[in-house]
Amino acid sequence: MAKDFTVGEGVKRREDVRFLTGRGNYTDDINRPNQLTCVFLRSPVAHGKITKLDIAAAAAAAGVVRIFTGDDIAAAGLGSVPCGWEITQTNGEKMVEPAHPILAHGKVRHVGDPIAAVLATSRDAAKDAIEKIDLEIEELPAVIDMKKALTQASTVHDEAADNVCFDWDFGDKAATDAAFANAAHVTTLELVNNRMVPNAMEPRAAIGEYEPTTEQHTLYTTSQNPHVIRLLMGAFVLSIPEHKLRVVAPDVGGGFGSKIFHYAEEAFVTWAAKQVGRPVKWTCERSESFISDAHGRDHVTTAELALDADGKFLGLRVDTLANMGAYLSTFAPAVPTYLHATLLAGQYTTPAIHARIRAMFTNTVWVDAYRGAGRPEATFLLERIVDKAARELKMDPAELRRKNFIPKDAFPYDTPVALTYDTGDYEATLAQGLAMADYANFETRRAESARRGKLRGIGLSCYIEACGIAPSALVGALGARAGLYEAATVRVNPTGSVSVFTGSHSHGQGHETTFAQVVAERLGIDQSAIEIIHGDTDRVPFGMGTYGSRSLAVGGSAIVKAVDKVIDKGKKIAAHLLEASADDIVFEDGQFKVAGTDKAKAFAEVSLAAYVPHQYPIEELEPGLEENAFYDPKNFTYPAGTHICEVEVDPDTGVVDVLGFWASDDFGNVVNPMIVEGQVHGGVVQGLGQAFIENCAYDENGQLPSGSYMDYAMPRADQFPRFSVETSPGSTPCTHNPLGVKGCGEAGAIGSPPALVNAVVDALKDYGVEHLDMPLTPRRVWSAIVAAKPAEAATQAASAPAAAPSASASPSGTGGLLSRLFGGKKN
Amino acid sequence: MPQVSMTVNGQAVSGEVEGRTLLVDFLRETLRLTGTHVGCDTSQCGACVVHLDGESVKACSVFALAAEGGQVTTIEGMASPDGSLSVLQQAFQDHHGLQCGFCTPGMIMSASDLLQKNPSPSEHEVREWLEGNLCRCTGYHNIVKAILAAAARMRGEPDPDFGGAIAAE
Repeated sequence: MAKDFTVGEGVKRREDVRFLTGRGNYTDDINRPNQLTCVFLRSPVAHGKITKLDIAAAAAAAGVVRIFTGDDIAAAGLGSVPCGWEITQTNGEKMVEPAHPILAHGKVRHVGDPIAAVLATSRDAAKDAIEKIDLEIEELPAVIDMKKALTQASTVHDEAADNVCFDWDFGDKAATDAAFANAAHVTTLELVNNRMVPNAMEPRAAIGEYEPTTEQHTLYTTSQNPHVIRLLMGAFVLSIPEHKLRVVAPDVGGGFGSKIFHYAEEAFVTWAAKQVGRPVKWTCERSESFISDAHGRDHVTTAELALDADGKFLGLRVDTLANMGAYLSTFAPAVPTYLHATLLAGQYTTPAIHARIRAMFTNTVWVDAYRGAGRPEATFLLERIVDKAARELKMDPAELRRKNFIPKDAFPYDTPVALTYDTGDYEATLAQGLAMADYANFETRRAESARRGKLRGIGLSCYIEACGIAPSALVGALGARAGLYEAATVRVNPTGSVSVFTGSHSHGQGHETTFAQVVAERLGIDQSAIEIIHGDTDRVPFGMGTYGSRSLAVGGSAIVKAVDKVIDKGKKIAAHLLEASADDIVFEDGQFKVAGTDKAKAFAEVSLAAYVPHQYPIEELEPGLEENAFYDPKNFTYPAGTHICEVEVDPDTGVVDVLGFWASDDFGNVVNPMIVEGQVHGGVVQGLGQAFIENCAYDENGQLPSGSYMDYAMPRADQFPRFSVETSPGSTPCTHNPLGVKGCGEAGAIGSPPALVNAVVDALKDYGVEHLDMPLTPRRVWSAIVAAKPAEAATQAASAPAAAPSASASPSGTGGLLSRLFGGKKN
Repeated sequence: MPQVSMTVNGQAVSGEVEGRTLLVDFLRETLRLTGTHVGCDTSQCGACVVHLDGESVKACSVFALAAEGGQVTTIEGMASPDGSLSVLQQAFQDHHGLQCGFCTPGMIMSASDLLQKNPSPSEHEVREWLEGNLCRCTGYHNIVKAILAAAARMRGEPDPDFGGAIAAE
């Protein structure tokens, strides 16, 4: 067979046809015989004691089969929803790790905390019954603001008197203090990294099922990592051994981190199915997902950058409050620590860095990894403070960055925050980005805008991320309670087709196509002869799943390792068939050949011989052609690049128009450029969404005013321009994985927010605006303009439309959004 | 319970519903046509868009009984009977206009209504039309690109150049 495509080509995705024709198989599309529908009663208040919970009337309602409360969970002795990462504090003590019950017991700790579960024959019956539950809660003062939480009398958990989960520091404090003592200039910046709701378009769902004759549990769930769920839920919550628990994550409609974690609802339906002897299905409603999915970001930071007289960075000091929410989610403690503080060198040679991170409990939904996870927060503070320093020193922001870049010939490079960057060329990505954006002629465009009364600005962001998570021994030393390798099985079938079982999970990334490209290239066979199987613990031997831009770098490497084992075995079989020494067999273009001769056996001939071992070295070699591999990465990978954003601000209204966005990235080798571009597009809009319109806002009582799509500003098609996305011609392949790939899934969300904010601050430079917190709503921008120019305030206010300054604190989006919400043409 | 009858993808169907049953639930739960998705509860996301009597509607905002006697087309009815993709579906694949696939049925149903009404939409018109369809994966870039390409192909023209960074309009 001739191979019909190769690595490096933008092959169309094979998974598309089922999605384009309505034949996808998402969790909520699955219905099991005799199933019950589960609906949760959730806390309407942020903090309080449950003083009454009477389910009698609800239990008697039509269609209701059973109602469970926290008492039932406690009586059954079920475990706490576990946390997968333990931080050791600066004082040597372990982090405070309170229990997270499956259903609230005694106390509720956030709006949305599940209190009772109604199992009924239909969703409507369950929802009707929920209304009949008699619930009384004695409200306690809510802990919401992280700074106030430090001294507030009220505590989320009794174990944490000051609401601090951990107080942790990282880096060399003495060296950093010394750098500041010697600095010619210090730039200081206080900033907020606003809270996000991940909002994968498919809401979470879970179906539990139990077969009593075999004691087999099955969980269908919307997960990025079914084996991880099997481990966490089976071992820590329900005490079900792996061989009695199957977890299936079928087609999953986006994750962005929010579907990594083990959630209480998954454990509940799995447990409840056994109690009632029927399958139990729960599907989250969107407004429910706002109060039950893990949120992202939510840092409050003070950063200081020390520079010498020439603009060389001498030291960086960071003090961050990071919101954990009410309970510790699966990877929450790792996000502001080892995925954040370790990235504070960025692309720069800053010799001394120190960070203090205090993780805070609040009466809000928990915060965990969201696309980028810690790295966007690090990039945002670094790229904002570098920009502010450039402005203060009256230097070109590109020039200040260039002056401090780690030079291309300095790799591998040890940063002062524990990472060793294997490779990179930051000058190349910057140069390409500046050329793409026509940076040199920006002032001409600014002058043109000014003639129309508009303020034009341009902003840079030179990001780096640590992906390909992660070397198991390293993360274990840092507190991870799991290994972070990946597993693969490559099964060559008798007639030469190949089934690849991967522990990575595809929920939009296109693994079924990309992984097939990799295998087709390596084996020299047609892609149609290759099947990629994922998402089912009964089919895939093991896996750690998809997050941290790790699928190709770690999962793909495991596949390559298994393929190489197949080739090695195939050589021995071919040697026997060809009566040659295995050392003389070469594998090329799908043929096992005797080097230097025309003697050859096709791949399918060798696979057939392996399964029909009539003429076979049976004394030395087992029949069959199937290999397993586990790949544990030696290092993180370090994708990097330059993102540039150009905006125009209307000074009368504060409305920001994004005119252009250019991404110049180094992802190492690229398998499918079409998919890589798509990943960047999506990441960029998530990042620009954060910077521009999105905001998860709690009020002081812990209510969530931005708790639905009516109130939370999701990015829409008409708010953004086309994007220009290119990988750098100077891309530097990863040096330590067999594909030379670095990962591309998170870069857009990491690089883009500071580019947009830097652009808007640049546009407002004549108003003396030094910083704006995200999201840059018209109200926030307009207010900054007015505050900066009090003399002009009266005229500005008089000419501004009422909608802009009077918009509420929740995100109001761009001008088009209001008309969209209230004047949409469809429904 | 009341009975409702309608034509879905050319087939006459009927079933018992409650007065409050939404068209999307009738399609998904009663008919098991699960290609139409539910992504929100406030009629914002557009994952449930179907055609009712030739117009795109959000099936979460129509009672099943309100579709009595109606002609409904869902994503399952968009490819040719032989399984080949429509011009619009093919353009989505060619231009990587989908990633996780969850919003895709609504995007296809919404965009096909646009192209029926306006065979030559501008980029701006496409973006404005999609205001009622949310996608979290693609950043919309390739969706817009695919719809413009489909429009061109339906007019017998080559796919337009979608390069360049600053929006044309």
